[in-house]
Amino acid sequence: MTSLLELQNITIQFGGLMAVDHVSLKVEKGWISALIGPNGAGKSTIFNMISGLYKPTSGKVFFNGRDITGYKAYKITSLGIARTFQNIRLFKNLSVLDNVRIGRHCRGSSGLIGAIAHFPWTKAEEKEIEEKAHEALRVVNLLDKKDELAKNLPYGEQRRLEIARALAADPVLLLLDEPAAGMNLQEKQTLMQMVQNIREMGITIMLVEHDMSFVMNISDHVDVLNYGQKIAAGTPSEVQHNPDVIEAYLGKEIE
Amino acid sequence: MESIIGFFNDPYINQVLTLTGVYLITALGLHLITGITGQFSFGHAGFMSIGAYTAALLSLHLETPFIINVLMGGLAAGLAGMLLGFPSLRLTGDYLGITTLGFAEIVRIVFINLDITGGARGLAGIPRDTNLTIVLLLAVLSIICMYRIHDSRFGRALTAIREDELAAEAMGINTLLYKVKAFAIGTFFAGVGGGLYAHLIQYLNPADFGVSRSFELLNFVVLGGLGSVPGTILGTTVLTLAPEFLRFVKEYRMLIYSALMVTMMIFRPHGLLGGVNFRKLYLDLVHRRLAQLAKTKDVGGKQQ
Amino acid sequence: MEQIQTFIQLLPQQLVNGITLGATYALIALGYTMVYGIIQLINFAHGEVYMIGAFIGLLMVVYFKVNFFLAIICAILVCVPLAILIERVAYRPLRGSTRLAPLISALGVSLFLQTLMTLIMGPNAQGFPQIVKDTIYTVGTVKFSLVQVVILLVSSVLMVTLHMIVKFTKVGKAMRATSESYETANLMGININRIISFTFALGAALAGAGGVLVGMYFNSIHPMMGVIVGLKCFCAAVLGGIGSIPGAMIGGVFLGVAEVMGVAIGFGTYRDAIAFALLILVLLLKPTGIMGKPIQRKV
Repeated sequence: MTSLLELQNITIQFGGLMAVDHVSLKVEKGWISALIGPNGAGKSTIFNMISGLYKPTSGKVFFNGRDITGYKAYKITSLGIARTFQNIRLFKNLSVLDNVRIGRHCRGSSGLIGAIAHFPWTKAEEKEIEEKAHEALRVVNLLDKKDELAKNLPYGEQRRLEIARALAADPVLLLLDEPAAGMNLQEKQTLMQMVQNIREMGITIMLVEHDMSFVMNISDHVDVLNYGQKIAAGTPSEVQHNPDVIEAYLGKEIE
Repeated sequence: MESIIGFFNDPYINQVLTLTGVYLITALGLHLITGITGQFSFGHAGFMSIGAYTAALLSLHLETPFIINVLMGGLAAGLAGMLLGFPSLRLTGDYLGITTLGFAEIVRIVFINLDITGGARGLAGIPRDTNLTIVLLLAVLSIICMYRIHDSRFGRALTAIREDELAAEAMGINTLLYKVKAFAIGTFFAGVGGGLYAHLIQYLNPADFGVSRSFELLNFVVLGGLGSVPGTILGTTVLTLAPEFLRFVKEYRMLIYSALMVTMMIFRPHGLLGGVNFRKLYLDLVHRRLAQLAKTKDVGGKQQ
Repeated sequence: MEQIQTFIQLLPQQLVNGITLGATYALIALGYTMVYGIIQLINFAHGEVYMIGAFIGLLMVVYFKVNFFLAIICAILVCVPLAILIERVAYRPLRGSTRLAPLISALGVSLFLQTLMTLIMGPNAQGFPQIVKDTIYTVGTVKFSLVQVVILLVSSVLMVTLHMIVKFTKVGKAMRATSESYETANLMGININRIISFTFALGAALAGAGGVLVGMYFNSIHPMMGVIVGLKCFCAAVLGGIGSIPGAMIGGVFLGVAEVMGVAIGFGTYRDAIAFALLILVLLLKPTGIMGKPIQRKV
């Protein structure tokens, strides 16, 4: 059986810097898979390559057995990979609902003519978009804030809105880039429950996260990066006891 | 009633109002490009001139019906917008602005050099087919179009690009394609405006479509309220009518106008109505009124 | 065939004329590139600073009968505070505002200065008296007029001075640091506001001198002269790679030569379009210009 996502020897170079160096990893369907590593290890860069924002220098990305290396980001989203951003990138001056509706873009088809003519099927699609958006907002518990401007939400809610926006695209694989960053303990607990609920919906999740207890509690599988290279992989407990991982995390602090 | 009809029949008033409508249609095109999609265009007058000359030449040489000519003017400008858009909309911000400005200058200089356009002497004898009724009709139609675009999947994709292009791309929006579409539609409106302009003023000169005209159109859109249709209407109306009322200070008019541009940007960088959500204001008002009604009813009930 | 031969014969002469014109473009383009490099703003009012420089030069020459050297100094002395004032009043309050707001503000300043000068000087072109003798030097087949020599000399001296200031002085280092990152520069104890003012001052000095030189070269100036020249010089700056000082010099000279050549091969009526056509071409092929650094997309 093919994995849902497979990276084969993926490499990217910025000038002389090897930001990601021949990394291979797999994400199986139904997993919550985490990507961890010290700052600058190349985690977000890998996300950017999977979602098509960066083009790898070499190596391949397979999604459902299909080679999607070098596909444009919008194409990859419509194939079923949606994502959130580490440095929240909401459409700040739009309402919460509009943000999520835009997330639904890749599942719609009406264009300019439909917009102006208001065909019955355009209206039907608009209704469907709205329903799906409500559904996604309900998952992250933001439905009652749907008319607020995105920029007026508190930080934790902005992070959750990013998740709702990605969910609206009906993804098969959801990439969460540091979803718990900047949240307090209670918010993290709620978030953890939400991530588990999303998995229950049949969506595979891959996340980058710094909060170790969050990662270790929630993940089925962990890949560890250091200086752009993969140094370990396995279940949370395997990884926790791996000497290379301990050195990568602790060694830095001792120096 | 009669005095109102008389007011609109006054040739001077009629001319000024028709011209305002023509500018409004043109400005709404720029509103879509800059206000909604967030792409700089400093060459809108160039597209207006493409529409104007196309429509005028069709009227003069092929004598096709007026409305067809105006439409063809719009299509010609839209096509030019699309052709320029595909390569240049990869550029962002100021680079795009200066490219569109350069394109408009090239168009102007080409029109000066062509024989068929009458060169620098200009093109005269265009029939006066544009009238207030038709312009008002088209302006209202354009406004409805803008509102419908804004409230659609298509329009939301454009606003997403304005807000964060990279995030928009990650949400599955083919940003380049949508930008080109917005540019093509916006320049189509400019072309229609140009066609109407030609058949109103009855004379075209490339000098009328220079950099200053492009920036004037940009001011219509920005000073009234960037991204807002009421803002664009306000900006266009005030800035077109004001010079007519300020004739007595003619010499200082531009001085006041330019100083206003600076102060306006310092105190209201989004323009007068920028960021004002009329629908929300209206709904809030309705809610408050309803709440008030409910309250008085309550009080009334208790008293009984 | 004959045409090609005459063209080749005239080539060295055209080059000299092109480089002279280009040197004046470069002087103005430098102001655009430095300001853009430091605050990412197309300073539309820069063309008007150049125009005012030309008028100050004219006033000095006509009323005070000074020589061209003093005229240039006076133009610089007026343009520098003017540019600093423009930045203080119209741009500084808008720092951190939307992208479009400072541009509209710059357009406002530009329009204001045009109108003001039209009110003071009248809308017509003013003759610029010949203050440099019309001596002609001949080297081989190429003729240099004394004005051309003066323009080339003065602009070279100014550009070398600028290069020295930016490269070797403390304030030049601060300028480069500020254009990299406000925050870091600020942390290093650099007074950002002073550096920005200084950048405007440097640009204005070059533009003011450029105005006088152009007045001398073409013997005619008018209140609208800054509009097209300003836009063309911004194109030159983009051609060379916006933000790059050598880029602006190369871009300016390149544009001057291209224009003179364009006219020579029969595109005289399209002269003002050449800059824009080149700009569009270069931007499409290499969006960051000849000397520009590649941009990495930031996620």
